[in-house]
Amino acid sequence: MSDRPGEEPTVEKAPDQPAARERHPGEQGVWEGALAIGKGMATVFKQTFRPDNTERYPSEIAPIPERSHIGRHLLNTHEDGLEKCIGCELCAFACPADAIWVEGADNDPEAPVSPGERYAKDYQINYLRCIMCGLCVEACPTRALTLTDYYELSFTSREDAIWTKEQLLEPPPPFGTDPVDREG
Amino acid sequence: MADAPTTPVTPRANDVDPAVDARTGEIRQETMIINMGPQHPSTHGVLRLLLELDGETVLKCTPIIGYLHTGIEKNTEYRTWMQGVTFVTRADYLSPFFNELGYCLAVERLLGIEAPPRAQVIRVLMNELNRISSHLVWLATGGLELGAVSVMLYGFREREVLLDIFEEVTGLRMNHAYIRIGGVIMDLPDEGLRKIERFLEDMPKRIDDYERLLDENPIWLERNVGVGVLSAEKALALGVTGPVLRAAGVATDVRKDAPYCGYETYDFEVPVSHDADAYARYRLRLVEMRESMKIVRQCLERLREPGPVMIEDPKVAWPAKLSVGADGIGNDPAYVTHIMEESMEALIHHFKMVTEGVEVPAGEVYQAVESPRGELGFYVVSNGEHRPYRVKIRDPSFVNLQAIPTMVEGFLVADAIAAIASIDPVMGGVDR
Ligand code: SF4
Ligand code: SF4
Repeated sequence: MSDRPGEEPTVEKAPDQPAARERHPGEQGVWEGALAIGKGMATVFKQTFRPDNTERYPSEIAPIPERSHIGRHLLNTHEDGLEKCIGCELCAFACPADAIWVEGADNDPEAPVSPGERYAKDYQINYLRCIMCGLCVEACPTRALTLTDYYELSFTSREDAIWTKEQLLEPPPPFGTDPVDREG
Repeated sequence: MADAPTTPVTPRANDVDPAVDARTGEIRQETMIINMGPQHPSTHGVLRLLLELDGETVLKCTPIIGYLHTGIEKNTEYRTWMQGVTFVTRADYLSPFFNELGYCLAVERLLGIEAPPRAQVIRVLMNELNRISSHLVWLATGGLELGAVSVMLYGFREREVLLDIFEEVTGLRMNHAYIRIGGVIMDLPDEGLRKIERFLEDMPKRIDDYERLLDENPIWLERNVGVGVLSAEKALALGVTGPVLRAAGVATDVRKDAPYCGYETYDFEVPVSHDADAYARYRLRLVEMRESMKIVRQCLERLREPGPVMIEDPKVAWPAKLSVGADGIGNDPAYVTHIMEESMEALIHHFKMVTEGVEVPAGEVYQAVESPRGELGFYVVSNGEHRPYRVKIRDPSFVNLQAIPTMVEGFLVADAIAAIASIDPVMGGVDR
């Protein structure tokens, strides 16, 4: 049992007569019943004049809230073209679904990929595992990883569901672009 | 069936020979065994019922579960305490905030900490909105199972408004991982507050609509009144909680009996009915929605005061400061500059918190919250490590399912549908 304080719940016995309520099907006359149905019908009819809730997806994409992190990830770059990711693997540590694979490597001082000492040699996210919880972006110390609003992720094979570093570096198309255009 | 042998029965797919009477060994022709579910439009998820029927009358009913097993409890043992939130939120998928809250409160009690007041108010606010959305799904699916299709559409329509609010606040429609150990991850956005206010204006009228549609509808009355009766004694013996128990006249509610998050300071009633049938549960849930709105209004009043939403203690608080930019949602640039350029300690701390997380002192704790379906308990055991030793979820749907045989045996098959709908089991929570 719980360790909650307090007394035992008070058991009030249910009345012997189950018909302790005001309304009971047996007591409802034909006219009363018809009236009740009429009232319900009127309620339904009134709905005709309420605004429509249907969204015309995919021809129109309804805007989503600012914070929505229901879309794919994006690996960001600095303005000078260097990658923000330093291959620290914190995102992979934080991911509760083990969806991220990071392989860090030392930067070549001649041709660095990222500003720091290390960069991500390989970076993959498996969208069959990802649950869009956002723990990875919360863990990322450089804002290299962000979650975007591009949520139209569909795949035809397991391999396609694993996004590579190149794919993740590519910014998503602007929100609400026509899907046909997006397919290109 | 009063003199039936009391040996425990473990139902398996083929262990029932319908042609032989288990007691007398005689061939019998009068009863029929059928499977209702696991794939059945009116069993509320993947619940399988093994029904023994005499014509239309249910003689015996054995609920069989396990079709939605996800291993959530076990998985948490292999994750950090913080990651556990993303798992438990998926147990009872219609009440994610309750799962998160119960888990976080339990861990906070082990840690001996308390979230800041504003975080507690936000938790209450999101929980009560979640209670409404969960009851709406119950109304929608329960209505559909009894043929009330309009109610189904209305229920889901209004729930959509709530899911929009959740998305505005947490970034996700379901399974938010919003409530964290030590507080909540982000403060409420202004747009979210506006949406909640609009919802509060609109929703009472919608509940009036449901009442006009169903309260006196002869078909609804015929299907619900006197159906699925579960007396207070039986309900208590079976461990049933929530609206099903309150509909039998027992006024128990964890929010009143063992308040958490400051529920004792809110003004709200716990509705109780005495008819103990499906109709009483229907009325009770509608009243509960109104009471929840009352609490939400009080929360909005309290939220006028700004304050922190995450505990200050750096040993506990999850090190993330999120902000939204053109590149999506990610850690705030100011925070990034702070840890990457200004403070080496902060960076090391960030690394430690992400890779190891909080260290919870050894001990065990049981924390209950009042979910839309009853007492949702979290029994959390720590052996002093960075991950839980055991997280046991006492899910109300699981316990309440035990009442199904008592409710339906001896009644018609059609009544079984109404009875199950009135319990409102969520199989994600049952199987975990
Ligand atoms: S959003 Fe969550 S599940 Fe997906 S990659 Fe990030 S941490 Fe993993
Ligand atoms: S994305 Fe961020 S957390 Fe992940 S390896 Fe790169 S820098 Fe580290």
